[in-house]
Formats: sequence, C-alpha cells, structure tokens
Amino acid sequence: MEYTSVSGLCREAEEQGKTISALVLADQAQQMELTREEVYDRMAQRLQVMRQAVQAGVDPALRSTSGLTGGDAAKLMDYAQSGGLSGSFLTRSIARAVAVAEYNAAMGKVVAAPTAGSCGTLPGTVVSMLEEGLCGEEAAVMALVTAGASGMVIAQKACIAGAQGGCQAECGSAAAMAAAALVELKGGSPTQAAHACAMALKNQMGLVCDPVAGLVEIPCIKRNAGGVSIAFTAADMALAGVESKIPVDECIQAMAAVGDAMAPSLKETAQGGLAVTPTGLRLKEQVFGS
Amino acid sequence: MNLFDIIGPVMIGPSSSHTAGAVRLGRVAWKILGEPAVQAEICLSGSFAQTYRGHGTDKALVAGIMGMHSDDEGIRSSLELARQRGLEVAFRQQDIPGAHPNTARIAVTGASGAKAVVQGASVGGGNILITEINGMTVSFTGQYNTLLVLHYDKPGTIAAVTNFMAYSEVNIGNFRLSRPKRGGEALMTIEVDGDVSDALIASLRILPNVINVVLIRAI
Repeated sequence: MEYTSVSGLCREAEEQGKTISALVLADQAQQMELTREEVYDRMAQRLQVMRQAVQAGVDPALRSTSGLTGGDAAKLMDYAQSGGLSGSFLTRSIARAVAVAEYNAAMGKVVAAPTAGSCGTLPGTVVSMLEEGLCGEEAAVMALVTAGASGMVIAQKACIAGAQGGCQAECGSAAAMAAAALVELKGGSPTQAAHACAMALKNQMGLVCDPVAGLVEIPCIKRNAGGVSIAFTAADMALAGVESKIPVDECIQAMAAVGDAMAPSLKETAQGGLAVTPTGLRLKEQVFGS
Repeated sequence: MNLFDIIGPVMIGPSSSHTAGAVRLGRVAWKILGEPAVQAEICLSGSFAQTYRGHGTDKALVAGIMGMHSDDEGIRSSLELARQRGLEVAFRQQDIPGAHPNTARIAVTGASGAKAVVQGASVGGGNILITEINGMTVSFTGQYNTLLVLHYDKPGTIAAVTNFMAYSEVNIGNFRLSRPKRGGEALMTIEVDGDVSDALIASLRILPNVINVVLIRAI
C-alpha cells in the first residue's frame, strides 16, 4: 500500500471487512519483510516505552535540562483526584500527555509520535484508555498501528515537522492520529476514524511553531495537553455520527498549504509568536545569556 | 517510510534534531575511529552553537562518541561518564560557512593515536547528513544501512567489494566514491537495502587494498 490517502485506507479496510490496524499490520509486515508478530512486538515495545515515560514524568521533582519546565504533570494528577471541571478521566489523560512531554524535556526516554515535540499526545490518549481499563493491551498496540497509518499519510501528503509546517504539523498531526486510534479503540468504523482524523486536523489548523528559546518546552508541553482534548473531542463527535464536511484527505492538503503559507518566523525558528514575547525573550536570556 | 518512522524512533529527548540526531553524528565519529576516543574536539555551528546546552546537544554528541545509541539512558550523564573513562572533551562555537544550521565537526583521537574527523548535520527527525569524513567529501543520510569502505585507489577494489556484496545478496541502493587523489586513500559510501551481516563486513575487511569497513545502521 502507498499510504497516500486516509479515505483510501478506510475503503480498503471496509472492503476487506477489517480494522485499519489489521490491514496495515499485514501490509507493513510484508513491506518490512517481517512477520506480523514481529511488527506487533515492535509496536508493543513502543507502547511500553510510552507507559514508562508516563510513570517517570509524573514525578513532582522532575525538571527539564534548561530548568524552565517540569512538575506540572504531578500537579494535574493530584488535581484530577477532585474530578476537575472536565472529569477525572480527561484530567488524568491530560496529565499523562504533560508527563511524557515534560519527561522528554528532561532528557527522558520517549517515543517520537510523530515527533519528540508531540510525544505526549498518543500516551495521553491511547495509554490513558489502557491504564483506565477501557481497553486491553492488544487493542492499545493495534490502536498505535492505526495512529501510525494516518501519520504516514499526513507525512507523505503534508508534513510532520514544525520547521516545515508549524505546530499544526506536529501536535496537529499527533491529535489527528490519536483521534483515529481512539475511534478504533471504541469500536467505531474505519470511516468514523477518518472523520475523527479530519476533525482533529481542522481544530489545530494554522497552529504555529514558536518555541521559547528554541527549546522543545514552552509552549510544546501544553500543546500536547490541548492535542489530547481535541483528539477525544473529535473521536466523540465521529462516534456520535458527526461527519467532517471536508473529507480527511482534503484537510491534510489544506494543512500542507497552510504550512507553506506560514511565515518562516513561525516555523520553529523561535523568531515569532510566543518566542518573541517579552517573557519569552527574558526566559531565553535566562537559559542562554544575552 | 514505515510505521516506525511515525511511531518512533524511541529516543532520549528533548529534540529529534538537537538530541537524537546529535547522538548519531557522534556515533559516526566513534565508528570511523574504531576504538575508544581519549580526546574529542567538537565544533558547533549555527543553531547547534546557539542552543546546544538547552537541548543537551553536548551530552548527545559525547554519548555518540562513546558509542551510545539515541535511546540510551546514559546520554543524560554522558559528560560525567566521559570524565570517568578518560575522554577529554572540548567544545568550540564557530560558524562553518555554508553549512546546514545544525552542523557539528567532530575530531576524535583514540588511545593508539588514531584520528578521525567527521562533519555532519542533523537535518530533522533524528536524520543526519554526513558531509565529510577525514577530509573526504561524502554525502549520506543514515536513513539506510550505509557501508563506508576506506581503501586505496587501486584497480579492481570496487569490483571486489561489490562482488562480495552480490554473493551475500545485499542490494546496493546508492553508491558514491570520494577520491581526493589518484592512487591515494579513497572512500566508498554504499547505501544498501536490508541488513549487512558481520560476516560480510569481516570478509570485506580482508580484501586487498581495503583499509577499513564501517557499517552505519539506519535508525
């Protein structure tokens, strides 16, 4: 398979009466000259790394190499016990996303998914479903395969690098991948997964990449939390039968075009957006000197 | 592209370009040197020079020079580890004209006095582009398994190497020769599909006129 169209993947899966993940697992095994079990095991190892990163990231004493961030996931986990405004499940999911993104900034071991800057979103969604007993381990591993499949299309038809497409390409792609994975985990159809993917993309379209001091911390960590909320929202809409009026592949094309139109100052160069606010500049000086 | 390019790589944060890619650059220098380094001089250019401390680029490069992979938890403490192992490290910030923003030039010396110089850039997503090895212009990305064959520029050497690869059913995706001077030291950069066995590397090493063979594995 070519992975150039999400709706094409869905059509293929539905024609064969399979989930997206089952279709893609078989295809990837063939392409990589591995058995299905080997591809599955490799993905299972990545799920394990994500779970370990969640655990390590909720340490209240965790601090990043620059000293700018750390410890917020622990605050969120504590706060989630009270239920929070959006319920304890979503609050804990956000906490897991922040935990992994903070652990990344502290030179912890993570899975770039699709990038290091957006590494918290899939743990915040898929690992949350697993840790909260809403799915089994096998389903979680297969959900990562579905996420990866939509990510491959986005990478080929648009991009997944902040330097090329802004944050919409990193955290936006991660949220879209997670939304598709969540739909599959909840038993939705491939077509519903595609709608979820589209609605997540739409909700982060135009998001710029403006890292303070050029570091993968501010605002990247908190955008992973936002990505988790958007992924759950988009998945819920799709599962309720809401359809994206703009088909998913056209959303991906639009995201690529928006990325191309974005000024270089807003694409990971730390020359625009939050990076050049007075506080952003002060924090930069604090880390690197003037 | 496959599934694990998107759900992966597994890496030590925070940045695929400034951390994971930097480990891989250091590792290339380690591979070329072929022995533990006792001295490393690292010149950082562009964005690497500006932000290396916040991204742990310094730790990542040194970890790579000690042979670590980009998912090694030892990267965090690589500078201390280098001190313990007697590896002396010096960093310089200097712009290399015309170089990619994330470029490092790594000069390493081994205990035997052997030296290696590698220049390369971290071009995003943990991918690298090596542009110079021991004064020879090269160009490979590390996205494929890459064999580097340092040899003397003598008739039949390339044929011998590629014949052995053919016998081992290793397909060549890309081949480049750097030969600064007729009859002198030259370098084959061979990107291959699939894996390269230790046995093949060992048999290439003992071919006439082959000085050294190094395999740089894809992520």
